Amino acid sequence: MAIEKSTWTTKAGLAQMLKGGVIMDVIDVEQAKIAEDAGAVAVMALERVPADIRKQGGVARMSDPELIIRIKESVTIPVMAKARIGHFVEAQVLEALGIDYIDESEVLTPADNEFHIDKHRFKIPFVNGCKNLGEALRRITEGAAMLRTKGEAGTGDVVEAVRHARTVFGEIRRLQSMSEDELYSAAKNLQAPYELVKQVAQAGRLPVVNFAAGGIATPADAALMMQIGVDGVFVGSGIFKSGNPSVRAKAIVQATTHYQDAHIIAEVSKNLGEAMVGINISSLPQEQLLASRGW
Amino acid sequence: MIVGILALQGAFREHEEMLTRMGIPCLQVRLPRDLAKVDRLIMPGGESTTIGKLLVMYDLIEPIRQRVLAGMPIWGTCAGAILLSRKIIDGKADQPSLHLMDIESRRNAFGSQLDSFEADVTVAGLDAPFHTVFIRAPILENPQGACHTIATLPDGRVVAALQGHMLATSFHPELTLDDRIHRLFLSL
Repeated sequence: MAIEKSTWTTKAGLAQMLKGGVIMDVIDVEQAKIAEDAGAVAVMALERVPADIRKQGGVARMSDPELIIRIKESVTIPVMAKARIGHFVEAQVLEALGIDYIDESEVLTPADNEFHIDKHRFKIPFVNGCKNLGEALRRITEGAAMLRTKGEAGTGDVVEAVRHARTVFGEIRRLQSMSEDELYSAAKNLQAPYELVKQVAQAGRLPVVNFAAGGIATPADAALMMQIGVDGVFVGSGIFKSGNPSVRAKAIVQATTHYQDAHIIAEVSKNLGEAMVGINISSLPQEQLLASRGW
Repeated sequence: MIVGILALQGAFREHEEMLTRMGIPCLQVRLPRDLAKVDRLIMPGGESTTIGKLLVMYDLIEPIRQRVLAGMPIWGTCAGAILLSRKIIDGKADQPSLHLMDIESRRNAFGSQLDSFEADVTVAGLDAPFHTVFIRAPILENPQGACHTIATLPDGRVVAALQGHMLATSFHPELTLDDRIHRLFLSL
């Protein structure tokens, strides 16, 4: 009997198992345990949450492997970590650590202004960010087994997460209304392979799981993204930059499961303490927007 | 007959799509009031710690146990199989379970995601091998009493077990287009 490891089905399949869940950014073992106890489906191990990367500036790189390993050893749920866009050696290092997923992330400083990582060359699956359908399909073509709409990380402002998710879903709906010859032209405009565009047009959805990210700070934010149509949510700075991380994390997990039940969302939203302070994205200068990294 | 699919977290949509292709009516179950409307229950793959917590928070453990003890057929895939077992090995301390099947489950028994795999496995009662997908999968151990093994890997590790009207598989038939295990469940 042949056993085949790291197939496309197992890579995309892990993301399918994460659906309807919350993936939380954590910077140490203590936070990882709080996240797991709160019901996170996975943790993203990193040295600084996006809000601090934004505040402190400088070059943001892959986290210390020692930190990632300590977090991996402290929880039973999947562990993800971030590599810089195009930094395939950071990705090789993360694969060698035996974690479960790599996020090729615009939250870190890009290492390559032209090429993303050729993700097909790796055994470990990748999640990538996207702002629109063209970007989503290009990342899938490069081998991404999971997507997340980018939003604007580290702001606590959900407006960009909403815009990117609505853009992707709107573009998919437009493809569904097109004739075959129009799809050729759409593929050209999306800068994506025709076969993939046709597959999305027929299925009416992306061929991989798509979470929301970037600015989700409250249970209602999470449920908003779920109702718009994403498969789950990443919460970065929103939990551990808030007044009571454990309570807020549990509330966001429940709101993600019961996203269609306003009574439950109301109940879990009570007495959460202070939300992260947040930054209005409209007050940020263009060059400080992380979502514009990646193409 | 309506098949309930526990929809707290995980791959519930894939089970729903399979049943819909088979022409079987199904319903997502998130609260005890949903459970009252279904005749069978599938617990999908996902994160067993997350699903377990939500089962406890929304008071589903006892209602599901009572329905199953009264004869409702139940099937757990991967995380769902973990939640059915009498004991969870390598889980989190105090991880909730339904304790319904007389079997133990060992979480992440094959290692990390890099050890997830596909293989053809012989399942008792099926005419030909079943193409299985294992994702950070548990293995089942030490079936006792009325619980018996229906599929093993070549090294003998148990990956599917049946106990009367209760079925546990550590792999994911819902990620394939093969509906034979779904049919097996519907025949219980």
